[in-house]
Amino acid sequence: MLLLAGCPAPQSEHQTITIKGSDTMVQLGQRWAEVYMQQHPDVTIQVTAGGSGNGIAALIGGTTQICQASRAMKDAEKESLKSKRNLDAVETPVALDALAIYVNKENPIKTLTMEQIGKIYLGEITNWKDVGGTPGNIVLYGRENSSGTYVYFKEHVLADKDFPSKYQALPGTGAVVDAVAKDKGGIGYGGIGYATDIKTIGISKDPKGAAIEPSMANVLSGTYPISRQLYWYTAGPAEGAVKALQDWVLSPEGQKVVTEKGFYPLKGE
Amino acid sequence: MRSSQVVSQLLRVSDVTNRRSLRRRQLMDRAAEALILSFASIAIAIILLIFVYVGREALPLLWENVDGASLASTVTPPADWQPVSANPRYNVIPLILGTLKVTFIAMLFGTPLALAAALYTSEFAPVRLREWIKPSVELLAGIPSVVMGFFALIVLASWLQEQFGLEFRLNALNAGIALALAIIPIIYTVSEDALSAVPNHYREASLALGASKIQTAVRVVFPAAMPGIGAAMILGFGRAIGETMIVLMASGNAAYMSLSPFVSTRTLSATVAAELGEVVFGGGHYRILFFLGTLLFVVTSVLNWAGDRYNRRMRMKLFGAE
Repeated sequence: MLLLAGCPAPQSEHQTITIKGSDTMVQLGQRWAEVYMQQHPDVTIQVTAGGSGNGIAALIGGTTQICQASRAMKDAEKESLKSKRNLDAVETPVALDALAIYVNKENPIKTLTMEQIGKIYLGEITNWKDVGGTPGNIVLYGRENSSGTYVYFKEHVLADKDFPSKYQALPGTGAVVDAVAKDKGGIGYGGIGYATDIKTIGISKDPKGAAIEPSMANVLSGTYPISRQLYWYTAGPAEGAVKALQDWVLSPEGQKVVTEKGFYPLKGE
Repeated sequence: MRSSQVVSQLLRVSDVTNRRSLRRRQLMDRAAEALILSFASIAIAIILLIFVYVGREALPLLWENVDGASLASTVTPPADWQPVSANPRYNVIPLILGTLKVTFIAMLFGTPLALAAALYTSEFAPVRLREWIKPSVELLAGIPSVVMGFFALIVLASWLQEQFGLEFRLNALNAGIALALAIIPIIYTVSEDALSAVPNHYREASLALGASKIQTAVRVVFPAAMPGIGAAMILGFGRAIGETMIVLMASGNAAYMSLSPFVSTRTLSATVAAELGEVVFGGGHYRILFFLGTLLFVVTSVLNWAGDRYNRRMRMKLFGAE
């Protein structure tokens, strides 16, 4: 193995890397860790969830080396890292995620406009018949307000307005998918990687426009309106084993894991 | 003469060793007592410290207004819980209503079952059966609440929705029934102990006067154990109010103001569990969540204390002394 020039100590001893953050990304992080550890037996990687905010707090507190985040770090958080540890947050996009809108498989709705989705989640449209579906109440599911996905959805779909009080906040995207799969009137949102046993709907720009499916091509070209980057943050530029891991994650091999887990690689396939 | 000397010598030696071992035992006793006392005080100190810590984090609300969060903001209309918002609203009334709603539903389902089971085991069950029933019900307390929450989330919710054609699959009724499973063991154990503690001469007198077994159980033994049963219910209530995982998974967590048991409901404990992970340290939302924690701590402590008092009162009533 080639040692990096300028390394102060030999890197032969066992390395432990901690990764913490986004619930959306935890499965992806764990898969990366598994594959990477198989190839590098001298590295142990611990991946934990807890939410993007928790991961960022851990990065600021110095208890994790890599923070996974499904939202960009806020300025206040960057300043906090600067003042506490005198280090700059370094942002590395590692994958793309389409925020899919889930409905029950039996729901005949195939496409909605951004405006309709917004109105549904603001409680202004409460019946499926008002968006061209079979009559029945719309039941809103989504994530808790501690989730990066919640914040993203609120900002990008609801224009930062508040969810109505009937909105059901569930712990984890898995719980949202499960609820929609079991509830004929249900609607939910979450990462495309979690979409099993439910139907994801296309989003059209206007009621008569063509549906844009949350597909890889549409996400890469930026035509699918609610997609986002998923990030890794480090305190200061990545070094040593962390740097090696990060480079591997961005390599074609690391990006293959991204596809495997239902997310989209940064550069497409 | 020689032998008597030996004997007296031996006696003296054994006397000395006896006295020594007695002193050693006394010392050991005292050391053990001190050790146990220090463990007990550590436990009390930890509880006090937790209370001080939780309370201290909420305390600034009394005089400060951090991003719209103050003590007054917890009751200011509108009755909205929207802590993550451009215009945050921290009204806790929907959360308190939700907590009480779920807790009452749990009591409604749990209490009759637990009390009937306790009355049966203490008054009617053959000894063999009793030895089976009691540990089994108490084993129910050992089921992790996340398992019960999971059961409610996957199985019970679908069943209830099909039976009653409910709009909300996850609702207060669903969480309440699951919560009832969690509080049955407590109510059962404490009330069964209370019923068994009723002295036999109560039963004998009643039966001698011609009352049937059922009349004796319901009209004599049950009233005699009433303070203990009250204690059981209070302790069950306290457990239900503080329970987190079941309601987090099964109630749907919508802070919706309604008395209906069929709508989605958010409780105090679930709110703290779900939101504390992400809040800005020292911010308004953070302080309000600690305020909710303090509220839960105080309510459950008072309920536990009241339960204990009722239990003592019952012993006083039955035996004339503690």
